[in-house]
Amino acid sequence: MEHPPSEHSHAPHPDTAHHVDQHVKGYLAVGAVLGLCTLLTVGLSFVNFGTQNANIIVAMVVATFKAGLVAAIFMHLKSEKWTIYRFLLITLVFAIGLFALTALAFSNPIRLN
Amino acid sequence: MEIPYTVSARPDTGLYNAKVGIWLFLASEVMLFGGLFSAYVFLRVGALPGYWPHGFLNVPVGTFNTLILIGSSVTVVLAWAALKMRQFMRYKFYMAITILCGILFLTIKLTYEWPAKFHHFGAFIKKDSLAKYEPYLGNNYLAAKGLTQRVEITGDLENEDALKDDSITEYDIRMDAVNADPTNPESDRPTFWQRPVSDKVAKVDKADVEYASMFYPRHSAFFSTYFLITGLHGLHVLGGIIVFTYFWLPVGANLYKKNPEHLANRIEVVGLFWHFVDLVWIFVFPLFYLL
Amino acid sequence: METSTTIHSHDPHEPHGHGAHEEHHELGFWKKWVFSTDHKMIGIQYGVTGLCFLFFGFCLMAMMRWQLANPGVALPFFGPLLARIIKNDGMNSGGVPGVMTPDFYNSLGAMHGTIMVFLGIVPVAFAAFGNFVVPLQIGAPDMTFPKINMASFHSFWVGGVIMLLSFFSPTGPAKSGWTSYPPLSDLADPGGGLLTGQTLWILGMVFLITSSLLGAVNFVTTIIQLRAPGMTYMRMPFFCWVQLVTAFILLLAFPPLEAASLMQLMDRVFGTSFFLPHGQTLSNHLVNVSGGGSPLLWQHLFWFLAHPEVYVLILPGLGIIAEVVTNNTRRPLWGYKAAVGAVIGIGFLSFIVWAHHMYLTGMGAAVSTFFQTTTILISVPSVIILTCLLLSLWGGSIRFTVPMLFATAFLPEFGIGGLTGIPLAFNSTDLYLHDTYYIIAHFHYIVAPGTIFAIFAGVYYWYPKATGRMLNEFWGKVHFWGSVIPMNIIFFPMFLQGMAGMHRRGFDGGRTYDLNKPVIHFNTTILHAVWMLGLFQIPFIINFFWSIKFGKKIGNNPWNSTTIEWAAPSPPGHGNFLEPVACYRGPYEYSVPGHPVDFIPQCDPQGPRTDAGAHGH
Repeated sequence: MEHPPSEHSHAPHPDTAHHVDQHVKGYLAVGAVLGLCTLLTVGLSFVNFGTQNANIIVAMVVATFKAGLVAAIFMHLKSEKWTIYRFLLITLVFAIGLFALTALAFSNPIRLN
Repeated sequence: MEIPYTVSARPDTGLYNAKVGIWLFLASEVMLFGGLFSAYVFLRVGALPGYWPHGFLNVPVGTFNTLILIGSSVTVVLAWAALKMRQFMRYKFYMAITILCGILFLTIKLTYEWPAKFHHFGAFIKKDSLAKYEPYLGNNYLAAKGLTQRVEITGDLENEDALKDDSITEYDIRMDAVNADPTNPESDRPTFWQRPVSDKVAKVDKADVEYASMFYPRHSAFFSTYFLITGLHGLHVLGGIIVFTYFWLPVGANLYKKNPEHLANRIEVVGLFWHFVDLVWIFVFPLFYLL
Repeated sequence: METSTTIHSHDPHEPHGHGAHEEHHELGFWKKWVFSTDHKMIGIQYGVTGLCFLFFGFCLMAMMRWQLANPGVALPFFGPLLARIIKNDGMNSGGVPGVMTPDFYNSLGAMHGTIMVFLGIVPVAFAAFGNFVVPLQIGAPDMTFPKINMASFHSFWVGGVIMLLSFFSPTGPAKSGWTSYPPLSDLADPGGGLLTGQTLWILGMVFLITSSLLGAVNFVTTIIQLRAPGMTYMRMPFFCWVQLVTAFILLLAFPPLEAASLMQLMDRVFGTSFFLPHGQTLSNHLVNVSGGGSPLLWQHLFWFLAHPEVYVLILPGLGIIAEVVTNNTRRPLWGYKAAVGAVIGIGFLSFIVWAHHMYLTGMGAAVSTFFQTTTILISVPSVIILTCLLLSLWGGSIRFTVPMLFATAFLPEFGIGGLTGIPLAFNSTDLYLHDTYYIIAHFHYIVAPGTIFAIFAGVYYWYPKATGRMLNEFWGKVHFWGSVIPMNIIFFPMFLQGMAGMHRRGFDGGRTYDLNKPVIHFNTTILHAVWMLGLFQIPFIINFFWSIKFGKKIGNNPWNSTTIEWAAPSPPGHGNFLEPVACYRGPYEYSVPGHPVDFIPQCDPQGPRTDAGAHGH
């Protein structure tokens, strides 16, 4: 059942306020790292790593790292519940399936010989 | 009976309802942008040589916008943290910055980036006519260097009437630096700062043109994809701004007085949406602006 | 705070709560009937609206069957009427009122499919029954997000109205199939702008997709978060399991189609070329677009949704049948665990079979083999579920109530539909059967004498809960026999037509090709059966509305069922249950050995604490 309205207090929520306070510094640090990574991405884009594919991979690695930080720290995924992890795992599988199987279809056309 | 677990967590899942709901919604958004990014990949990989451009988008502006969005992600999580610690004025401060960052992002996009595109022109040259415009395309030089051919002449269209009037038989294009000086090694790759439009004007016969237009979505697969993805992303930014503003107004204060944890949860949930929007941009920026 | 205007305030049976904070005030007309946030009202709204669309889709099909049996002949009575309101001479071919043009025939086909799938079956089987029954079956007071629930319904009917309005478009409604393949869908009705039927189709789809996504989020969250104490996942009625999986499918499969729809919208309205390649021509002229797009890209993104969508069409039906069968055989569901595993398996596999709709697009051996394999694999869990349902009949004390009649007919019909899908799974046999009437027969057997019969079973079964009155049993049986016989006369011959090689979507009923000669006569038989089928829906429609006021009144549990929705009053009030409920046993504790009564309700605190399948199998 729901907590009756009288339970809410203007005091910090007992369980998490303390942890939240410690995390504030972490959020600022991650923000700084993300900013630096952005500049890194731009800088690296002007370096030639050989092939166009290599350039793309480098950029995507940095982008994935940034996205990982946002997801893990800002979106609290690092300490989320298994229900949420399950949703995201299923989604990831299907997103990869959509892309990979379509890529397979495009790269495997029928041959006349 | 009231609906349980709107604020407090259900014991076995450890989650309150809105958190389950928003993550499910974000899962569907992953599939939505996943579908769009898949389209991007297949259209780009399937593009004929020279038809997928580079260097048309403004990198410094894009970088700035990326930093703005990242900053707003930081401020929104600080706003949520302030609510958890019951520091209401701090919440209002950080939320205001978040909203302003979002507005700034959209303003830059809608008043500068997109209009700049709409005023730029490009003409795709027919395959058989490429040799004729070699002075503006430099394909011999590119072939010798093993680089992809150029098939387009871009710049400012001097005679805009040519777009509507069929009796005008040529486009007068004040060319971009890359077409004005195609064999200069500086033109081989995009540069960080956009090079200004040159003084040289090319007269391009309409008969030699496969397709020409301003840089509208219809101009090419690249611009179609660019405008669709950044447009849809922009709509999501707008949605986030609207909801944040709603909670910044006295509605938020009233909810805070009744049940501060409820407001904290709502901000957390919208914040998750906002982070996702930031996440999408983290991929959009390199894929369109840099690569 | 509004004071209560009713006499409920001191009623000892009122749900305990916050007393004066309870909403016992009477809702006004708009809040009660139009802008309701109550899952039961929303379920009924979806149900009635969806049934109306089903009937409209039926009428479109009847017009098509007339044309196929009597090509070039004016549609009697309705034809000349329609000739006046349908633009573009759609029903006024060659100036003869009531005669259909080929373009309009195509439109009828496209709209029949779209309306039946997205405005008929999904809203009724998934949204209507799901909204009404699921919260009651899990013992919840409502869905987790009532306002979003309301938004989902309103998004649905707006999408529906847009689809209907497209019939009045100057260029006619969408005419590129429910599959909307480019280049035709990109280029149809050129120069018409936003109000062309083809463009309105896309706009309508955007609203419908939004509605489904909002609903899906609600269903999953509700089932995860609001199960009553003691209701573990493996104690949930099978109906709730199928709704959970169906909601997940909708959630994850629809967005790529939304993406593709936005691309097609841009192609049509902004002249982009997402789906148009270089060198695209129309009537021998180069189309003035940039090119660089891919028609196959649309097909992949469309079928990524549309294949899971067909499981969305059947799974809720399977759930309804499971409820009706267990209740009317007085036995638990045979193999509950296997059935649950199978539903989850179907949910997962449904996402990786889609390109079996694209065997004729020039895919190579590797990709075709992959999709053939997964497609054959998915037949396994489907057969498992059907087997569980069939075996549930064994040794049962079967009561042939009207719901049970429909459920019993469902089983072999779904079997026929499913088994005829096997040759379609292999690209070699599909090469011959693709785009023939065999396909139409295959999928219609699953949705028409399949899901629609399940819907009818569900209506007869849950109508008493929703209204407090029974539907008339005699007319229910008339409705049943008058539906099951024509259904088979309509669809079985289509297998024969398809195997003879008759193509679908043919305006002339197959007369262009000599190979169709031996099977053309079936068109006439089918038309007669269509009239019969339509005729026998009339007693159902009358019964439906008449019984609201004059049906036999019943109490909470007229069917002596075990699931929790039957513990609530008929109809349930705000908050559903008079007291908080808890779950003490499995969902189908029927005929428990040694127990004096042949059923033990799930939420009854008295009685043994057992689980489904704990005894017997």
